[in-house]
Amino acid sequence: MIEQLTKNERQVAIAILLVLTACGMTFAGVGQGDPLGAHGFLIMAAGIAGIFWVISGYFTPEPPADRSDSYYDDPSRAGIVFAMAWAVVGMFVGVWVALLLAYPDLTFDAGWASFGRLRPVHTSGVIFGFGGNALIATSFYVMQRTSRARLPSQLGPLFVLYGYNLFCVLAATGYLMGVTQSKEYAEPEWYADLWLVIVWVTYLIVYLRTLARRKEPHIYVANWYYLAFIVVVAMLHIVNNLAVPVSFGSAKSYSLFSGVQDAMTQWWYGHNAVAFFLTAGFLGMMYYYLPKRAGRPLYSYRLSIIGFWGITFLYMWAGSHHLHYTALPQWVQTLGMTFSVILLVPSWAAAANALLTLNGAWHKVRDDATLRFMMMAAVFYGLTTFEGSFLAIRPVNALSHYTDWTIGHVHAGALGWVALITFGAIYASVPWLWKRPAMYSARLVEVHFWLAIAGTVVYVLAMWNSGIIQGLMWRTYNAQGTLAYSFIDSLVAMHPYYVARAIGGLLFLIGALVGCYNIWMTIRTAPPATEPAPGSVLEPAGDFPEPALGTAAARQAAE
Amino acid sequence: MSVEERDPQTGYLMTGHEWNGIKELNTPVPRLVYVSLIITFVFSVVYWVLMPAFPTWSSFTRGLLGADDRAAVTASVKQAAVARSAWTDQIASRSFAQIEADPALMTAVRDTGRTLFGDNCAVCHGLDAKGGKGFPNLTTSSWLFGGSPEAIEQTIRVGINSTHPDTRIAQMPAFGRDGILKRDEIENVVAYVRSLSDTKAAATIPPATIEQGKAVFAANCAACHGPEAKGNPEVGAPNLITHYYMHGRDENALYADVWGGLKGHMPGWEGRLSPVDRKILTLYLIDLGKKRP
Repeated sequence: MIEQLTKNERQVAIAILLVLTACGMTFAGVGQGDPLGAHGFLIMAAGIAGIFWVISGYFTPEPPADRSDSYYDDPSRAGIVFAMAWAVVGMFVGVWVALLLAYPDLTFDAGWASFGRLRPVHTSGVIFGFGGNALIATSFYVMQRTSRARLPSQLGPLFVLYGYNLFCVLAATGYLMGVTQSKEYAEPEWYADLWLVIVWVTYLIVYLRTLARRKEPHIYVANWYYLAFIVVVAMLHIVNNLAVPVSFGSAKSYSLFSGVQDAMTQWWYGHNAVAFFLTAGFLGMMYYYLPKRAGRPLYSYRLSIIGFWGITFLYMWAGSHHLHYTALPQWVQTLGMTFSVILLVPSWAAAANALLTLNGAWHKVRDDATLRFMMMAAVFYGLTTFEGSFLAIRPVNALSHYTDWTIGHVHAGALGWVALITFGAIYASVPWLWKRPAMYSARLVEVHFWLAIAGTVVYVLAMWNSGIIQGLMWRTYNAQGTLAYSFIDSLVAMHPYYVARAIGGLLFLIGALVGCYNIWMTIRTAPPATEPAPGSVLEPAGDFPEPALGTAAARQAAE
Repeated sequence: MSVEERDPQTGYLMTGHEWNGIKELNTPVPRLVYVSLIITFVFSVVYWVLMPAFPTWSSFTRGLLGADDRAAVTASVKQAAVARSAWTDQIASRSFAQIEADPALMTAVRDTGRTLFGDNCAVCHGLDAKGGKGFPNLTTSSWLFGGSPEAIEQTIRVGINSTHPDTRIAQMPAFGRDGILKRDEIENVVAYVRSLSDTKAAATIPPATIEQGKAVFAANCAACHGPEAKGNPEVGAPNLITHYYMHGRDENALYADVWGGLKGHMPGWEGRLSPVDRKILTLYLIDLGKKRP
């Protein structure tokens, strides 16, 4: 990776890493006796390791001058490896916390292994670690190809990717030490948040500069979605994390907001994180990889545009449906509910657009597990968005709120939509990125597909059952007009479903491990001497061999 | 880009856009999408007109139905209380004996008491009220502060070593840690106490040890536990002849109790549970005890 950088870029990289190391050293010094100090040492270690890494390649020959004639895929390759590593970590901890709910003794009396600390490691690990890395990796890949332009700088994308992973590590290790803002999905404290702002703004700049250099007249809809993802996540992150640290030597901070305003800001953030991180970003992924893999034109350009603006406009209003029947004024709840109902239409438009794109390619869905991953993702996207709008209706929410139904809903989206589309995109792009004719084993992709589907179905069915039972038990009165069940009664009733949920999660984790092995073997296996036959059914030629980008002659021909 | 390009497979018109091989059909937006948008939007407008929906400068639009969550909840809570008062009033006004004699009221006590106990007491005493290490079994006839309905109701109200001003107070000194008794004295008194309730153990202990332990007991323990070790509910000292021991009955557990002393805690429930709820719990516990053969 270093050999791809010029001398000048290598020097800038070392300078950035020196600043990072100095920051870490400062934190380590002022944060003595505080988790901030431990994080200072961690940042310092990351900076020093980075410096050694750059120095180790410092005297390798500079890249050829015509490097700008090809796409820059190093960050995408690294991002996919990071994504799979985080998938294993996040899903393993997920299975652990699932087991904790069924068998509470599995904390082993260790503070760091308590449910409250492990649970954010799971959520951040899968959402930000797995999902975020996959989004960054694929967005760099897609944006270059749909803009027919190389990323504008060498260092920027690397900074984004490695900086983002440093944020993820700070988040996860912080939770284990008890560092948290107690805001769901926004747990990391002020210093990690500030670091993410720097990384994210760099990401936006890299993205916009690539778009500005594009050689296509139009911006493909996937890029609209990726751009919405980057811009809105920056906005959400900054507003929800406005806080004042106790001191510069302390990891603790206090939020700018309090009371019901804090709750509303948090769920404005929380729901739009679902919207723009877990939906818009992955829709961008779907809009590129699904038609590409199917070899079919997108079903409807117009539907994709209506879907995009509908989703972007309507989601912003929907956050208050997380606070039905709370201290939040009723009129805000009304708005949250009604906009959530309207939101179903553009959501289903996007899902339908994806599924109708497969018309004429259903035989490939049958034969190709990678495409089937994407197809099932679109199905689950449709199911989950319907369920989401349904749960946002106040009387329905009165039953579902605070129950496992919400957990089931989230995982129908996270496992069924986000993870399946990501695995599909990864299985499609790994051979393209590493210049292989196909994945190491198509059978293992098939195995992973069925493990993932089985895991998702077991998980979601268990949580639907337990959630509805819980909700009904909590509202059942006996003949005397008092509650028929105590809370503990409902916990006892949940136990079998919690065990089933852990089994579902375990199946999904095993699937991810199979995927890791398959990807690892694909990378390790030497490329064949001859080009594969193009257009084979199981592995559509797709982006391989890489389309001509750079030379003036090639450009001329393409235009 | 060619105008009027068609997808060879379906014959549909294309938009003419192409990105790295991805093309788009120029399919019009299905009418269903527009119809759905209109239906959901009309639903929303109707809902906005009927319900509180939009902020104004200093208030919000109230909606034609005049719906108000807070008022609705207050009304339904009140209504439920009125419905329940048919039997809760009788619980409040009648004596324990009267209630116990009324099968209909006792059914209400069993149903409601079970949930009340599960939500408030079971965390320490267990769902079946049989206690655990450090938490007394409430289904036996042995009660630290007395087993009469009035005594149980009082214990629930004020708690034990709690922050309630009238709290029940009970503490056993740390005889070993505070240097009141020597090691062998503790061993002897433990042997004596074990001999009281455990005939099997008594057979294995030398009579001389038991005699020495008895002397230690009379000098140090009898003040609270009574000369016959039958306990004293006034100070929460348990009967040591019963078969149930909160912290375990083996040599090591008893040694630890005498060495380090004991001071249990139970919160007072006045202010958290209504007088009727506390009375229901009292009756529920008495009823549980009666079920024992």
